Amino acid sequence: MFAQLVDGIFWDIALWVFGIGVLWGILSIFRVRNKPDYSEPRGSGTAGAVGANLRRFLPRTELVSRTRLHIVAGYLFHLGLFALLFFAAPHVLFFEAQTGLGWTPMPYWAFIITAQLSFLGLMLLWIHRVMHPVTRLLSDLDDHLAAILTFIVMLTGCMALIGEFEGLRVLHRFTVELLMVYFPFSRLMHAFMFIPSRAFTGAWFGRRGVKA
Amino acid sequence: MSDKLTLGMEAMRAQMDTRVMSYMSSCVHCGICAEACLFYTETGDARYTPIYKVEPLRKLWRQEYTFWGKLAASMGLSKKLTEEDLANWEELVYDGCTMCSRCSMVCPVGIDIAYMIRKVKEGLAAAGFSPEGLVEAGKRAVEIGSPMGVTLKTLDATIRVQEKETGLKIPMDVEGADYLCLFSSGEIAGFPEFIGSLAKIFRATGVSWTISSEYFEATNTGVQLGNSKMAATLVERVVSAAEKLKVKNVISPECGHAYTTIRWDAPNFIGRPLPFRVVHIIELLDELRRDGRLKTEGVNTDRLSYHDPCNAARRGGVIKQPRDLLAMVAPNFTELPETGDMNWCCGGGGGVSSNERADPLRLKVFDAKKRQLDAIRPEGLVTACSNCRHMLEDGLEENEMHDIELLGITELIADHLVEESG
Repeated sequence: MFAQLVDGIFWDIALWVFGIGVLWGILSIFRVRNKPDYSEPRGSGTAGAVGANLRRFLPRTELVSRTRLHIVAGYLFHLGLFALLFFAAPHVLFFEAQTGLGWTPMPYWAFIITAQLSFLGLMLLWIHRVMHPVTRLLSDLDDHLAAILTFIVMLTGCMALIGEFEGLRVLHRFTVELLMVYFPFSRLMHAFMFIPSRAFTGAWFGRRGVKA
Repeated sequence: MSDKLTLGMEAMRAQMDTRVMSYMSSCVHCGICAEACLFYTETGDARYTPIYKVEPLRKLWRQEYTFWGKLAASMGLSKKLTEEDLANWEELVYDGCTMCSRCSMVCPVGIDIAYMIRKVKEGLAAAGFSPEGLVEAGKRAVEIGSPMGVTLKTLDATIRVQEKETGLKIPMDVEGADYLCLFSSGEIAGFPEFIGSLAKIFRATGVSWTISSEYFEATNTGVQLGNSKMAATLVERVVSAAEKLKVKNVISPECGHAYTTIRWDAPNFIGRPLPFRVVHIIELLDELRRDGRLKTEGVNTDRLSYHDPCNAARRGGVIKQPRDLLAMVAPNFTELPETGDMNWCCGGGGGVSSNERADPLRLKVFDAKKRQLDAIRPEGLVTACSNCRHMLEDGLEENEMHDIELLGITELIADHLVEESG
């Protein structure tokens, strides 16, 4: 019964909330428009926007020595999560069933390594959040909830794949649905919002001839 | 709700735009911005984390522009923005931020934090939470035309001295000149030889220029204070002076903040494009160099380095030009570590230098610049901002670094000018 709900109506609700919520979140930033910039540009705003979106995937060399943990843990977690989401075998099958598009999944051993590295990254980031005076000062309930929910989703996902037990698969999918419902109303929206943020900043600096 | 809070909130609401909404929605509280901020790195105080300085604006955004924030606020479950918040953030924003934008260059999600701090200032200024020194400077700027109270009489006297020293006539109110030159009060009062250097360079290069007796101040205290109305008033004075003299170009002097304001922000304060082109003096000198009109002879063999004024470089894009100019006269030029668009601030930008209350903190955070200088220990440090130069003087004095000479780039070029090249 619970499995039917999770695979059926719960999934549909989560998908709609996620889709409409994310769309609303993105569109809502345009409720209050930017004022026109009347200054004579020195460089291209468009090139700046694109450039900043690409450049900000890499840390500034000047800051590497002060942000090693952020960099290592950040890459481990985000790249790991990306790989797990799109290349874990059950996910590839799921996407294929939903869209008809399939691709080669990562082998089981790669999944195990990726999952461990991603967990390590997430835990390091969260420990840093709790321990470091700056992140401790900045962090609120949303930051912790987002981290905990993501951790649970990853954990149940690993358990489901390793255990190959139907109950674990249902549990994983249920936690994914919870995350999807929470996502649009939380800081997890940065997964989409970083693109316009980088673009605005890149364009602004780009007009001034500075690579941001 | 108190009147002060109402005024502050209204001013910050007026500052909300797509950029702010996007930035607020993408911040993950990673704290990386702290590591780029001299106020955090030199004090270790987490409250100086750049994104934390935006907290009043974030609270307003959350309670009025987000689903959960609006819901929580309506049920009385969230901490709303209070007058106490505004009072508490005054010191963080005005004393603990030079608007240098170094943080904006490192945020992984691309937030221009300085852009938002500027908006928080609008709220604080409207609510009456601004440092007295800056408020008084603003009053002098509006009433006298100079934040330091430099009058036309003072400028006239300075010009007379420079004319005597250079033997050149310094043009005043010349209608139809190609360039109108503005000055910062700090320049007139502290580095008047800049004016004489301009006269020498422009004579040698055949540049037609003038000063306006109606308005000559380049800085804009409205920007430092966070008062857009005042900023627009001061910009209009420049526009009016330029229009009366029918000039095609306006020169921003050696002042980073003045350049960013008149070059990039001024059109947006008055809501229309400027009827003239704006160039930083360094840009103009570099143009003259490229045209072959600016020629130098002899070199300064000292090991010179260059301090990038944050507003001219990071927020203004004037990074390559000073280096090309220095290549003409400084064969032993050595870059500071972390330079150009990642240079460390002198500690006195964004109005901090006009805020006496912030002096101890300003001198404390100069340690970032000291570290940079200690790494290469130059014999001379060149810059292109009179405010930076004042702050560097203070910092070097405080740290007993008397072996480093401070130089203005325009004067350095003027000292090596081939006079008959024009």
